[in-house]
Amino acid sequence: MTKELICINCPMGCALTAEVENGEVISVSGNTCPRGETYAKTELTAPVRVVTTTIISDTGKPVPVKTKAPIPKDKIFEVVSEIKAHTVILPVGMGDTVLENAADTGVDIISARSVSVE
Amino acid sequence: MADVVIIGAGAVGCAAAYELAKYKLSVVVVDKESDVCEGTTKANSAIVHAGFDAEPGTLKARLNVRGSEMMEELSNKLDFAYKRNEAMVLCFDKDISGLEALKEKADKNGVKGVSIISGDEARALEPNLTDEVQAALLAKTSAIVCPFEMTLAFAENAYTNGAEFKLSCAVTGIDKDSGGYIVHTSKGDIKARCVINAAGVYADRIHAMVSGTPLKITPRKGEYMLMDKTAGGYVSRTIFQLPTKMGKGILVTPTVHGNLLAGPTAENIDDKENTSTTKQGLADVKAKGSLSVKNIPFNKVITSFTGLRAVGDRGDFIIEECSDAPLFFDAAGIESPGLTSAPAIGEYLRELIEKRIPLEKKEKIAETRKGITHFAALSEEEQDKLIKETPAYGKIVCRCETVTEGEILDAISRPLGATTLDGVKRRTRAGMGRCQAGFCSPTSMALIAKKLGIRIEDVRKNGVYESEVR
Amino acid sequence: MKNEYNIIIIGGGPAGMAAAIGAKEAGEEDILILERDGVLGGILNQCIHNGFGLHTFNEELTGPEYAERYADKVKAMGIPYELDTMVLDVTALSDGKKAVSVISSKRGAVTLTAKAVILAMGCRERPRGALNIPGFRPQGVYTAGTAQKLVNLEGAKVGKEVVILGSGDIGLIMARRMTLEGAHVAAVAELMPYSSGLKRNIVQCLDDYGIPLLLSHTVVDIKGKEKLEGVYIARVDEKNQPIEGTEEYYPCDTLLLSCGLIPENELSSGAGVSIDPRTNGAYVNESLETNVEGVFSCGNVLHVHDLVDFVSEESTRAGANAARYVREGKAAKGREVSVTVGNGVRYTVPSRISLGALDDMTHIRFRVTGVFKNVSIVIKSGENEILRRKSRILVPSEMLDIILKREKLEGLSEDINVFIEEVQQ
Repeated sequence: MTKELICINCPMGCALTAEVENGEVISVSGNTCPRGETYAKTELTAPVRVVTTTIISDTGKPVPVKTKAPIPKDKIFEVVSEIKAHTVILPVGMGDTVLENAADTGVDIISARSVSVE
Repeated sequence: MADVVIIGAGAVGCAAAYELAKYKLSVVVVDKESDVCEGTTKANSAIVHAGFDAEPGTLKARLNVRGSEMMEELSNKLDFAYKRNEAMVLCFDKDISGLEALKEKADKNGVKGVSIISGDEARALEPNLTDEVQAALLAKTSAIVCPFEMTLAFAENAYTNGAEFKLSCAVTGIDKDSGGYIVHTSKGDIKARCVINAAGVYADRIHAMVSGTPLKITPRKGEYMLMDKTAGGYVSRTIFQLPTKMGKGILVTPTVHGNLLAGPTAENIDDKENTSTTKQGLADVKAKGSLSVKNIPFNKVITSFTGLRAVGDRGDFIIEECSDAPLFFDAAGIESPGLTSAPAIGEYLRELIEKRIPLEKKEKIAETRKGITHFAALSEEEQDKLIKETPAYGKIVCRCETVTEGEILDAISRPLGATTLDGVKRRTRAGMGRCQAGFCSPTSMALIAKKLGIRIEDVRKNGVYESEVR
Repeated sequence: MKNEYNIIIIGGGPAGMAAAIGAKEAGEEDILILERDGVLGGILNQCIHNGFGLHTFNEELTGPEYAERYADKVKAMGIPYELDTMVLDVTALSDGKKAVSVISSKRGAVTLTAKAVILAMGCRERPRGALNIPGFRPQGVYTAGTAQKLVNLEGAKVGKEVVILGSGDIGLIMARRMTLEGAHVAAVAELMPYSSGLKRNIVQCLDDYGIPLLLSHTVVDIKGKEKLEGVYIARVDEKNQPIEGTEEYYPCDTLLLSCGLIPENELSSGAGVSIDPRTNGAYVNESLETNVEGVFSCGNVLHVHDLVDFVSEESTRAGANAARYVREGKAAKGREVSVTVGNGVRYTVPSRISLGALDDMTHIRFRVTGVFKNVSIVIKSGENEILRRKSRILVPSEMLDIILKREKLEGLSEDINVFIEEVQQ
């Protein structure tokens, strides 16, 4: 089976063509760099995304956060709602973990910005 | 019991309050909106008409000329933007009898400084006029004004002199009572000896609450396009076209704050709330405006809007005591030149009341009113001094119009202060520039939210807060 | 606080910070960054999504992370910056210096002077008025960036039922963002037959969430007097005119506009800088110097970029060039050639090249006028072909960056022409 997809690794957005047999990607073409091949393989078997959102802080100010690593695509809403259910205590530094093992993905949520109490 | 209840906080209602608050009277102004200046006053051409257009002998003619005469002094006393920029009425026909008729009207109405000039003379004064212009009427006393500031100035001065303002307060009915009237509102009843009906497009409904005499107000829609300040100098005078039955036609004018304005269309409608713009209307503004002025920079349009004129059924302003409702005064059908006439209407209403109730001046009143300091208009030295005194003036909130946090704080904390984004905009011009509030609205919203003690997402652009409707 | 500087940089976003670093690395010590916001970083602070920094840091960062890395570097290098400071005016003085009028709570209103000024003010969004959408003007109509600021920086809930007009990147990003905040995004309408956003954003912001992208569609009416109630969307013909009878009603409480960005060049114009109507940014030479000597321009105020990485790279060069200008004064620029556009090219930056002052590498950046498949990018000077590069696909949403070595340009006598050529099959 042939699958067409757009690589989302960088702005070039290469149009990829992948051959899939028995749920396994056996070849990828159209990619400009090796990341395209990796992307197609993951995307067609177990798609993942880095998720970014904000978490509310104890002062009411939102703090931007992201998943430290990509998480399964079908876990996005679960992860976001868990983040929304939590509050972070300021100050927080860029890269600090604000929530561990979000929605049992094994991935931590980290702050994307240093925010002081002020 | 109030001596006078004024229904409607537009230019006319506020001008009447300004005038009456000088006397020993209790004056209450009510309006269904959360701010003054929310109806016909907020969207119009912002012109102080010289008075050559109205039929001689009408109230319109008399009050227009009087209003025009009063305006400059009022603008100094009450601190609102006014500029005498002159006007031209263009004639595209070789036959200039239309202009001659206007000139004759001007003379009969007692308008000074009116003359007829040739097309070339007109183009010498305004180089961007089209070659089709054959002749023009030049009116030296025509001016431009900020309708928001003018109305706010009347309201604030009236407030200082003791008038009470009940906003977000809709009139639901009026009953005659032994001592006068009971005005039923969404915020309770108000007893009144006198009532002034200055309800704009709703004046017929208010009138019908107490009177059986016929009065019909037809909203007439006018669509406008406002252009960036970089286009503001495209013409320096207000450029009219010879009037037709549907009004003064499309005008092109600088605004008192330096933008360029083109409009209005003229379309009679039934819906008193229909302030939507239409594709056809905006196309008409472009097409008709281009008859007068060549290559109008319509690519610099920053916003378009619609205003309603409250057109009466008598061809003249209807300003009188109702024949079947003593001490109930209509100020209805105040279409153009209503903005110009507003101060004279206020004065005239006071005269009408004075004929029925003896009035006595207060011993001491505030003659002047100080508006919000416009930071951008100050010199560097003045700006520096102001920032040193009040550091909030050193923080720019609106980049396009150079409006500071100090001005916005003033706008929301002064008497009758703004509670909505549009209210802040009308008072300070924050959000009125080329980015149309893209950058400043989150900051303005945060400042309003803090003042009102509400969440930022609950700050309204306009209209009435639900919590206020009780 | 002193009032005289060698270089004043207007704007502390990605362009201003990179320009400062570029100038400092080139040996300039006397620099001041003026930023109107309360923090460094500019618009990146509200761009909380990832996708920044692949070129610069070789990893994908969010906007705030990218900004903080640069801000940390500015601080570590000891480059002075002043926040909450607004520049009201820039004027070129007769002695070659520039007067920069600023206001801030700290300084008051004061005029500073600089030998060189770097314009790095960024851009703003095209507002509704400029789009001439008829209808009412209710609450609930925002530019996508304003909504982004409200949601990401103020923590406000902006709406529940959303329609987005314009498929620029901010619109696409906000489609996903609003969805993650619990809103339902009914559709993204795009006037053009192609999206002006990056393909990756269509995949990960729309397709991932099943949000339809309606190409060749636009909003033709807005309903709701005080609060937005809905919009009518219609299909448009080849001339982008709405086709009657195709209107469909979308009930919504929020309409986001993502219809283009306009460089904020009011200060530049005031300083006498000539503006290129194609980019709405300054005309510059290969040093990113405007027609006003000692005034440089970089980042989105020069031309709207697709990637912040390119902003940083460009601005670093602007900073280095400004430092060189301060050090050496007016350079012997030698012969100057124009860079002109041919088939399929909308604009180029720079628009002229001084052959006597060339760096080792010269960048020519441009965008194409439409979608091109299997073509070549060609650069010629007269009959002399300087470059020919094949490309499978070129789209207007992507800014193209061609780097030419010094020897390719030295000794040219005729203007440089950049164009797209169909490849002979």
